[in-house]
Amino acid sequence: MDYFIELFCSGLSRGAIYALIALGYTMVYGIIGLINFAHGEIYMIGAFTSFIVATVLSILGFPLLAIVALSGVAAAVWASAYGYTIEKIAYKPLRHAPRLSPLISAIGMSIFLQNYVLLAQTSDFLPFPELIPDFEFMEPIAHIVGSSDIVIFITTAVVMAVLTYVIKFTRIGKAMRATAQDRTMAMLVGINVNNIISATFIIGSALAAIGGLLIASHIGQINFYIGFLAGIKAFTAAVLGGIGSIPGAVLGSFILGLTESFATGYVSSDYEDVFAFSLLVLILLFKPSGLLGKAETQKV
Amino acid sequence: MKKKLFLAAAAMCLAISVPVAGSAADTIKFGVAGAHSGDLASYGLPTVNAAKIVIEKVNANGGINGKMVELLVEDDVCKPEVATNTATKLVSEGVNVVLGHICSGATKAALPIYKNAGVLVMSPSATNPDLTQSGEYPNFARTIAPDDAQAKVDVEFALNTLGYTKIAVVHDKGDYGKGFAEFAKKFLEDSGKAEVVLFEGVTPGAVDYSAIVQKIKQSGAEAVMFGGYHPEASKIIGMMRKKRLKVDFISDDGVKDNTFIKVAGKDSEGAYASGPKDTTKNPLSIQAVEEHKKMFGTDPGAFFENAYSATLAMLNAIDKADSTDLDALKKALQTEKVDTPIGNIYFDEKGDAIGVGFSVYQVKNGEFVEL
Repeated sequence: MDYFIELFCSGLSRGAIYALIALGYTMVYGIIGLINFAHGEIYMIGAFTSFIVATVLSILGFPLLAIVALSGVAAAVWASAYGYTIEKIAYKPLRHAPRLSPLISAIGMSIFLQNYVLLAQTSDFLPFPELIPDFEFMEPIAHIVGSSDIVIFITTAVVMAVLTYVIKFTRIGKAMRATAQDRTMAMLVGINVNNIISATFIIGSALAAIGGLLIASHIGQINFYIGFLAGIKAFTAAVLGGIGSIPGAVLGSFILGLTESFATGYVSSDYEDVFAFSLLVLILLFKPSGLLGKAETQKV
Repeated sequence: MKKKLFLAAAAMCLAISVPVAGSAADTIKFGVAGAHSGDLASYGLPTVNAAKIVIEKVNANGGINGKMVELLVEDDVCKPEVATNTATKLVSEGVNVVLGHICSGATKAALPIYKNAGVLVMSPSATNPDLTQSGEYPNFARTIAPDDAQAKVDVEFALNTLGYTKIAVVHDKGDYGKGFAEFAKKFLEDSGKAEVVLFEGVTPGAVDYSAIVQKIKQSGAEAVMFGGYHPEASKIIGMMRKKRLKVDFISDDGVKDNTFIKVAGKDSEGAYASGPKDTTKNPLSIQAVEEHKKMFGTDPGAFFENAYSATLAMLNAIDKADSTDLDALKKALQTEKVDTPIGNIYFDEKGDAIGVGFSVYQVKNGEFVEL
């Protein structure tokens, strides 16, 4: 039974990591219907920015809490600037192009950013400072759940709640939903669609950057390639939960994390991806729009 | 008019190509192939430096039998699919011998191309046993001991020195890591002294290894033997310490890199990794390191001495055989002993260097210390 609980917690913490990245994916998709493949790279850039800022601040002797807060803010701002620029350069000119064109543009952006960081920074793995310390009250259960797991878990929950609130109950959220439903109509009723889409990218990128900081601190190392696999897994989770749906992304992430964890624990880690993707296929066979996704109705 | 232009261009091409072809006969083309960019560049670049140092010295002394040695450097990023292009390019440039490649997978992919061209290839770092033991690549030799030798040293250390009876073997599913892990498993089982309680591969690059760490804990292993490279090793050992799992970590040459200590930090303390025997007291080795410092201003990196030795061995063979013919070179490699930074070496029929081996290192106070 202990073993089951340990695997369950491993699965949850893995799921929370995926969810933190998947939320940004699903939000962008929900608003403009674009799969932003460069999202994993924004996460990576967030991790690098917080690495640089945290290193500088710790040399200057700032306290840990200030380092976490400042590097988090810096990473969010910097990554948002990237997200905003990517949208303006790579996606906006293609807004009226066939759906495949922005997708290819997104993949191109992803490869570009990887190589840009490789050349501008380094190809080596860098040790990421431990920004989340081991809390003392966690010590009795540290062998099951780590402090960083808890922090990631709580962050994911808070982010999900705030995002749901913003989209459901605020003015900008209403405008986002209107843009999602019908862009032309939204424009006719006086919504600045360009601003709304930019805002979506800024929020999504800031989330990815916070994820980058927390996850890099959890793993303890970064390099230019970390965004790729994490992005693919988060994307899978978002599809599993129903892409476009915020709670769906979180649900999908936890299911993916738990499946991988139990597959490793009870079968073999050689097969964790096999199980994870078989599950994806199985769910999509019965619910093509994902667990919580709405079936897309063709507009006539 | 167009036709005349074309003729002129053709004539110019011919005029340029003639002297090049002429000089080709007067130089020995020495290829260096390996990872010179990408995340494994730190394994490949020291080899380029080693070749540069030796060749500069040889050329300053009048070359080999009156011929200058020309260096051709090509990057394969440690990827098999790139390595075949690298090999094709070197062969088409008329390379005589090749120092490389660095990673076993890339070496395996490139070797058939060199074999068809009759080019001798010597790797300072490719440790996959098949490369020599399968007999498929008669044109291959290496100045590093194969993985099974490494696995044997690690297993004997775990059983006899540490006295463990339950060992978990984990690998990264790659050619190198899995090869090491399979040998370790075989030697552990053959010894009859220990039980392999777990044998699994992890996905490189995964965001979190806590599930496999819990599984290691559940298996009751006293030590983890890991086959793979340092990025995964530091993630796994970090997660083990995070989950308060205090079992020993024994790994291979791919982990015995200072980046491992840098990235894993204090978690790496006490970890074991096998690597080539310490040769820092060999005067030739001291000299080689000095030359590197003089030429590049830094300490050399991974496999530098193996590469330096391989360069010396190949140039010596060319000198003694007075030819770059594969059979003549092989004969010279097997009969002529040569003094190198890794010792006085020669090669067996399969291409493995006799006189090189592994020992076990432990991380103590942020440094690998030979045990």
